[in-house]
Amino acid sequence: MYRSGKDILEICNKKNITIWELALETEIRDTHIEEKQIMEKMEEVYRVMKNASESSVKKNRKTLGRVIGGESKKLKTQMDSGKTICGDVLNKAMIKAFSTSQHNASMGKICAAPTAGSSGIIPAAIITIVEEYNLSKKEAIRGLFTSSAIGKVITINATVSGAEGGCQAECGSAAAMASAAVVEMMGGSPEMALNAAAISLKNIMGLICDPIAGLVESPCSKRNASGVVNAMISAEMALAGIESVIPFDEVVEAMKSVGDGMHSDFKETARGGIAITPTGIKIKESIKKC
Amino acid sequence: MKEVNSIFDVIGPIMIGPSSSHTAGAARLGRIARYAAQKDIEKVVVYLHGSFAETGEGHGTKKAIAAGLLGMEPYDDRLKNSLEIMKEKNIHIEFSKKNLKTVHPNTTMISIETSKGEIVKVRGSSIGGGAVIVTNINGFEVEITGEYYTIITKHIDAKGVIRDVANILAEESVNIANMKVIRSHSKKEASMIIETDETVEIQVIDKIKKMEKMLDLIYILPIKEDENV
Repeated sequence: MYRSGKDILEICNKKNITIWELALETEIRDTHIEEKQIMEKMEEVYRVMKNASESSVKKNRKTLGRVIGGESKKLKTQMDSGKTICGDVLNKAMIKAFSTSQHNASMGKICAAPTAGSSGIIPAAIITIVEEYNLSKKEAIRGLFTSSAIGKVITINATVSGAEGGCQAECGSAAAMASAAVVEMMGGSPEMALNAAAISLKNIMGLICDPIAGLVESPCSKRNASGVVNAMISAEMALAGIESVIPFDEVVEAMKSVGDGMHSDFKETARGGIAITPTGIKIKESIKKC
Repeated sequence: MKEVNSIFDVIGPIMIGPSSSHTAGAARLGRIARYAAQKDIEKVVVYLHGSFAETGEGHGTKKAIAAGLLGMEPYDDRLKNSLEIMKEKNIHIEFSKKNLKTVHPNTTMISIETSKGEIVKVRGSSIGGGAVIVTNINGFEVEITGEYYTIITKHIDAKGVIRDVANILAEESVNIANMKVIRSHSKKEASMIIETDETVEIQVIDKIKKMEKMLDLIYILPIKEDENV
């Protein structure tokens, strides 16, 4: 049983196991469900994630609010032209994040990870690493288990909901979960994974949730793209041996207290931030007329 | 401090987008209402409150509630087309914005008319991450999540009623998972919310219904029960 980053490290080090192994064995014990069934369930999650991360590149479906669309295709065209600033890895990751976000906003099937609004980040990170390093589906699924352990600890000690803690809690948690997965998939230690998660959370601490017209479209899809980049760079830092000055558990506590102190205008109510800019309000009015 | 029973509460649910609260949770509430009406639905009026009313359109909330009323799961690919399916099945559905006063912002009140002309009213809220809570059924103040077989009674607050109901269930080897007793302010009436692990036969429900001090009873099936729709 683990309830904190400290617990994760203690158990993993004592048993000499990885975070994904701890997540899996704990799930078996807590739910009394057999390993085979749990694996099958996670495979289904991966299948849904993979499909959503590719869907909008293939087909530009209209979203419910018509606020976003076509971002993944545009980035793909630019990447294919060979002229990019961020290179192929980050571009591929952003393309997948945008694709899932658009798929979600057009009533496609996604897996909330940890929420629907932030559902593009974890798949984008994991699938990009799988493709870049020719890893197997099995390794991708292990990454999902690593993510889940981090998400569980954040849920227990803080929140992953934008309505409770702002975007830092949604896209921040997703990035933390994704970065820890990437670290383990790349062979990093549990310490490194927790450092990556802590760095990801710190990078966007304080970020508000200010969806235009209250819809899961803008700025959400771009925050999924920046969220996966956040996850990738945090994992890169951690794998290089860079540590988070503040330990993971304390960062989670800090994120919670920032969220608690955040005015409700900035927590998914669409009463603050970019949602109430003149353009944001104009978009809201135009959706109402439809 | 929250509890996380399964990691699939963190990585999950698999659902039709865009919002776990406004789409997946809304579908679940529709589904609980369907079971409260014993799957017998002829006409529905759906009242949307707060954020459900304000942003429901851009979240597919109406389609999601309709899908739930049809028995669909939040991950059903046909959720998008639920309103058309309702039409094909000759189920009349209408939506209305309504201030339901001091309730959670993501709240709906679903009023179902059955083929027998009975009205079943279910009020529930989507409380985040796709989780829902039903707070009122036909005037009974409840707190149910739709995970169990649930019996809700309204009875005269007198000694022995709870014992008698428990005895009937025990005789039929029904195991009670959770139980809650609520007394009305007047102290004359009380409600029992009994959640059980297994299905309760209709004869058993009738037996409880016919108890002398019983005023009313509703029996709800769990939403986990898969249904081919």
